[in-house]
Amino acid sequence: MTTEILMPALSPTMEEGTLAKWLVKEGDTVASGDILAEIETDKATMEFEAVDEGTIGKILVPEGTEGVKVNTPIAVLLEEGESADDIDSSAPAPEAAQADAGEEAPAAGGSDETAPAPAQAKAPEPDETPDWPEGTTLKQQTVREALRDAMAEEMRGDDSVFLMGEEVAEYQGAYKVSQGLLDEFGAKRVVDTPITEHGFAGLGVGAAFGGLRPIVEFMTWNFAMQAIDQIINSAAKTLYMSGGQMGCPIVFRGPNGAAARVAAQHSQDYAAWYMQVPGLKVAMPYSASDAKGLMKTAIRDPNPVVFLENEILYGRSFDVPDLDDYTVPFGKARIWRRGGDVTIVSFGIGMTYALEAAEKLAGDGIEAEVIDLRTLRPMDIPTVLKSVQKTNRCVTVEEGWPQGSVGSYLASVIMREAFDWLDAPVIPCTGKDVPMPYAANLEKHALVTTDEVIEAVRKATYR
Amino acid sequence: MAARKSTRKPNVSADELLGYYRDMLLIRRFEEKAGQLYGMGLIGGFCHLYIGQEAVVVGLEAAAEEGDKRIATYRDHGHMLACGMDPDGVMAELTGREGGYSRGKGGSMHMFSKEKHFYGGHGIVGANVPLGAGLAFADKYRENGRVTFTYFGDGAANQGQVYETFNMAALWALPVIFVIENNQYAMGTSQQRSTSTADIYTRGAPFGIPGELVDGMDVLAVKAAGEKAVAHCRAGKGPYILEIKTYRYRGHSMSDPAKYRTREEVQKMREERDAIKHVRQLLLSGDHASEDDLKAIDKEIKEIVNASAEFAKESPEPALDELWTDVYADMAPQNA
Ligand SMILES: Cc1ncc(C[n+]2csc(CCOP(=O)(O)OP(=O)(O)O)c2C)c(N)n1
Ligand SMILES: [Mg+2]
Repeated sequence: MTTEILMPALSPTMEEGTLAKWLVKEGDTVASGDILAEIETDKATMEFEAVDEGTIGKILVPEGTEGVKVNTPIAVLLEEGESADDIDSSAPAPEAAQADAGEEAPAAGGSDETAPAPAQAKAPEPDETPDWPEGTTLKQQTVREALRDAMAEEMRGDDSVFLMGEEVAEYQGAYKVSQGLLDEFGAKRVVDTPITEHGFAGLGVGAAFGGLRPIVEFMTWNFAMQAIDQIINSAAKTLYMSGGQMGCPIVFRGPNGAAARVAAQHSQDYAAWYMQVPGLKVAMPYSASDAKGLMKTAIRDPNPVVFLENEILYGRSFDVPDLDDYTVPFGKARIWRRGGDVTIVSFGIGMTYALEAAEKLAGDGIEAEVIDLRTLRPMDIPTVLKSVQKTNRCVTVEEGWPQGSVGSYLASVIMREAFDWLDAPVIPCTGKDVPMPYAANLEKHALVTTDEVIEAVRKATYR
Repeated sequence: MAARKSTRKPNVSADELLGYYRDMLLIRRFEEKAGQLYGMGLIGGFCHLYIGQEAVVVGLEAAAEEGDKRIATYRDHGHMLACGMDPDGVMAELTGREGGYSRGKGGSMHMFSKEKHFYGGHGIVGANVPLGAGLAFADKYRENGRVTFTYFGDGAANQGQVYETFNMAALWALPVIFVIENNQYAMGTSQQRSTSTADIYTRGAPFGIPGELVDGMDVLAVKAAGEKAVAHCRAGKGPYILEIKTYRYRGHSMSDPAKYRTREEVQKMREERDAIKHVRQLLLSGDHASEDDLKAIDKEIKEIVNASAEFAKESPEPALDELWTDVYADMAPQNA
């Protein structure tokens, strides 16, 4: 059987080209890898190599021909023992061959069909089960202690869980979150790393591919910008790229957002950044019980989790249920305060301003419903919508920058899903659109403030 | 630690040589076929062929044991075939079909096989190096005696994260072999134009990692060096660097007109240093095989490769709801 040599596509976008020069002639024997011709594409002149071995039986397209369509037969190759007489004169005409190949090859632009969105389930009812059963004993704990307890409990329960990061072991954590873990679990499972964020984030992801469940601490999330490629390109995308074969159960954690007076490079909220990435889960707890329950859930999660803590919250105390195994599911918001006049949605340290504002507003007779999202991905949209359908107004609160903020995303979702219920535009309260200044007075202004939240609520309620 | 040059060990059985011949030929024919399918528009995007470098991965696989891991770059087809992954599944991934290893969602640069301990297929230059050290970290944690082969290029050797990884790997004595496939070019940039010192294998020395320069056109030399590196890692002595000098015959990817080197340079390598030809000569001159034996192997390989191409053409495109699956391991597909 003779083999047709087809005009090749030599770039992802090439559709036709010029057959500039033949480097073989009829009767030449060729082996795979031999250069047959030079072909000019719109971008460059490229050499075209033989794949099969044989003898050039016939050249179908002479050199110098322009506009030769990809997949047009340009020569015929004879195998051992064949002669030019074997060339089937009824070989398909170039056009026909082109059409065939065209049908077989998926067009570069993809098919006309548009992918169906998965059956858009009717907005499910929010899950309103309480976080802990009535009558549970509560104890006061700081966020710091709650996080430590969560890690310790999970490390006791699963020997594939380990903690690594800068100063996590002997120093007991730059912010003392890992206090006591080295003593209990030893240096094998509580690993001090060099100052090498890009490297140890990647190493952690590799360890997760290899079957462990790493907790990677960033001293603060600001430094994780050096590692963001590993978090997104390696951790978040691999399950998808592998068709579901290779998951990455890892927790990246550390303090996020402004601390106090540490200026621009150490004061950034990454909530909106990571929230954008499919394949990541993103938790940002406010209270100690949520810090504990979400951290335990994060460690058990088979996906990469970005866990955004806050330095200022570390020392705050909250009620934490005294249970052996207290977890909080992802994607379930917590309603801190019930009210019918306006919905305030926040998360993380933003809750401080949201709750303070609600308290003051109540004094003026405005009852706000305050929702803590707790996780940003998955995000509990049903709880937000249900509340907005009741209050018809929404204000969001976060410390991050305004453009592309969590609040602007919420505003778009509420507009799309609850437009007819809205009596006022959704107002996002965010940090100011500037790098964080150092001066005490300026820093205060750069952050979102309780007064701004109150102001926004008054605007939204026309009161 | 002084870097050493490898010495060649020529004593090798006929069966072994035939095995290397077969494995290298499979890669070459597979890649040629991939190039052809690309030319026909059946494969799209980036497609980086391994032609010329076959002895590297075949030699190192000969030094590996069951359970050892490997992680590669985007130039990964050869690595997958050499560790025993199914040519049909690899080719069908190249054509973006349901029968591909990633069901069409990864493509040429992103394929994985847990079963064969192949951890990708990574498209970001340098990023797979800490990942490889992490695999080794997991093995050391489990004390299972396994070794991870972490492959990267001469260009990748200039990424900062490589040196972050060298430091941690040495500090924690991780059982990882850093395999630098020095094909002398990173896209169009020759090593001389990108790299301040010629010998990349010496770059582990400041971290206390031994390194070795290996002739990558000689599968036996590669295997011997690989065995040494594996023994070092398995003995708990930490990482090892192999800089394997090799050459890629084709362009960086399919759309590379290769104007940064001469045709003569490529021809010279092909004619004088080709790794497959070399084994072929060893087989014939040592009376290990006849021309007919080799022809039979050629034919068998051709059939495997043609069958993989057929499979890759016949396999359907992924169903459209595949778009939404595998984003999370535990959540129903959703579209917020
Ligand atoms: C971080 C990053 N920068 C740039 C690229 C684009 N790129 C892909 S391959 C390549 C050359 C790499 O050369 P080398 O490491 O020698 O490997 P080889 O292609 O020769 O196998 C470049 C610049 C990339 N994929 N990732
Ligand atoms: Mg290179």
